[in-house]
Amino acid sequence: MSMIKRNRIALIFLLVALMAPLFTDNQYYLYIVTLSFIWTIAVYGMNLIGGYTGQLSLAHAGFFAIGAYSLGLLTVDANVPYWFAFVLACLITTVVGFFVGLIALRTKEHFFAIYTLCVGYIIYLVIYQWDELTGGVRGLIGVPPPSPIGPISFESAESNYYLVLAFLVLVFVFMKFLTESLIGRTYVAIRNSEELAQTIGINTMRQKLVSFVISTFLAGLAGALYASFVRFLGPEISYTMTTFDMLTYLIVGGIGTLYGPLVGTFLIVTITQSLQFMEEYRMLIFGPLLVFLVIFYPRGIVGGIQMWKAKRQFKKRQKMKRTSSTSTHEGGD
Amino acid sequence: MRKLLTLTDVSVRYGFYEALTDISMNVESGELVVLLGANGAGKSTIFRTISGLNKPLKGRIEWQGKSIGGSSASKLVADGIGHCPEGRKLFPNMNVYENLRMGAYAVRRNKKALSETLEQVYTLFPILEEKKGTAAGSLSGGQQQMLAIGRAMMSRPQLLLFDEPSIGLAPLIVEQVFDVIKEINRNGTTVLLAEQNANAALKIADRGYVIEDGKIVVEGEREELFANDEVRKAYIGA
Ligand SMILES: Nc1ncnc2c1ncn2[C@@H]1O[C@H](COP(=O)(O)OP(=O)(O)OP(=O)(O)O)[C@@H](O)[C@H]1O
Ligand SMILES: [Mg+2]
Repeated sequence: MSMIKRNRIALIFLLVALMAPLFTDNQYYLYIVTLSFIWTIAVYGMNLIGGYTGQLSLAHAGFFAIGAYSLGLLTVDANVPYWFAFVLACLITTVVGFFVGLIALRTKEHFFAIYTLCVGYIIYLVIYQWDELTGGVRGLIGVPPPSPIGPISFESAESNYYLVLAFLVLVFVFMKFLTESLIGRTYVAIRNSEELAQTIGINTMRQKLVSFVISTFLAGLAGALYASFVRFLGPEISYTMTTFDMLTYLIVGGIGTLYGPLVGTFLIVTITQSLQFMEEYRMLIFGPLLVFLVIFYPRGIVGGIQMWKAKRQFKKRQKMKRTSSTSTHEGGD
Repeated sequence: MRKLLTLTDVSVRYGFYEALTDISMNVESGELVVLLGANGAGKSTIFRTISGLNKPLKGRIEWQGKSIGGSSASKLVADGIGHCPEGRKLFPNMNVYENLRMGAYAVRRNKKALSETLEQVYTLFPILEEKKGTAAGSLSGGQQQMLAIGRAMMSRPQLLLFDEPSIGLAPLIVEQVFDVIKEINRNGTTVLLAEQNANAALKIADRGYVIEDGKIVVEGEREELFANDEVRKAYIGA
């Protein structure tokens, strides 16, 4: 019972998400929401290494693309069975992430951000230039949809929606356990001060690497889902702009919070879609909005709500203290 | 007595600046040794080098007879060297209990030891138990220092390095802090204490070293240091 109560917000989200397809016949809405869920998974990865561990990685679109292209190439060119290719795609991304992390994490702060930015750009160039493998600018067409699991097939928009939702729920639960565990607190300790973390016995290099590898795994997973959902891949998904889009979702939602990626990605992806008629001018809205948030709500919408709740509770407690102290006073008179 | 820690001709540089020159010192099991020195003398650098945060340029550091010159900071904590850093560095967004829990990171697999040590810390600092749910960042300066000390105890070190625990605290609190350090030492933890407050520190110490400009200039038993004219002039002000 108390578990339900404690997680009621997550459960309400889940309930709404489960019922959403029943309320709309509009395939386009479903498509957008599915897409936002896929990005959310990638943003969770970015949140783990950037938000919790304090190492802002700007190679994230690159890893997303590695996952996507791995799945695409394995299924289209190599005819590997879908789910086997899916697992391989995640694995390949993770292995690349491990080796990149091994070197990148020797740099700190700004240098880490710049280094990973370069790594991301190199991944983009490789995808763009390696025509024979990736199809270059032309991209990769005809990525198959997920093959059926038992009696469930993934041809329709609804089934794809539920598949992605299932992965998102798994990722959310995983992130919840991870960030509330001692390991999660270890990451926060590193964000706080790497040196202090070492002083209390944390092997910071190893912990940062694990965090980074998990974050690339999540990017790869999202990429693989993206490939078979959109079914067409172009090099632009690995471009630096994609990383900054994800960063925007994260900052708006709340960096270093559990719900931040969920809230930020959903809001921005859906709002962007409904503002599509404005084309590039919509940045006129997002730009100032972002500046406003960073100045007044550095931990985004979710961080802002948490602050507001904490303040309200504090006031309540103060009030209770005051009334109880006056009443005992009267009793004494 | 058994030599726990020995430094032989240790030199440390920051870039080209030589912060420590040929430091030789030792700490025996069970002792409370004080390291006196003015601002910038090199006290923190010695501590950082012992606990693996800085690497010595030359010289030898031995812990229980084994050379540890190149070991990582995290490994040394697991090996029994605790460090309570300068300026009471805490995790300000974590509460008191979580800070203590993080301090036990090196011994996290030993659940029984964990609850035992937590009990010890709470006995030594009842205020920490009272405030266990409070964010560390909203404690007073004195409480923060107590939490920093408590957290350093949580890894159950054999040797604890205290880097200027009295800095910026009211005289009454300073006295409390030194009493606690003495108590920790009496309970079996070897202590190396860096201080500028020579008077108070020497009162609880067995032995001491005086460091100036990265070199050890005087060393001796407590009484010898109290009696030493230069020490009196420079650090005790009498
Ligand atoms: N990171 C650093 N880079 C360069 N020089 C440093 C660094 N840290 C310390 N120093 C220099 O090394 C010398 C010794 O510094 P250290 O911090 O060990 O002194 P201290 O005895 O702890 O002083 P205090 O009592 O002020 O804490 C000083 O001259 C200082 O300027
Ligand atoms: Mg110092």
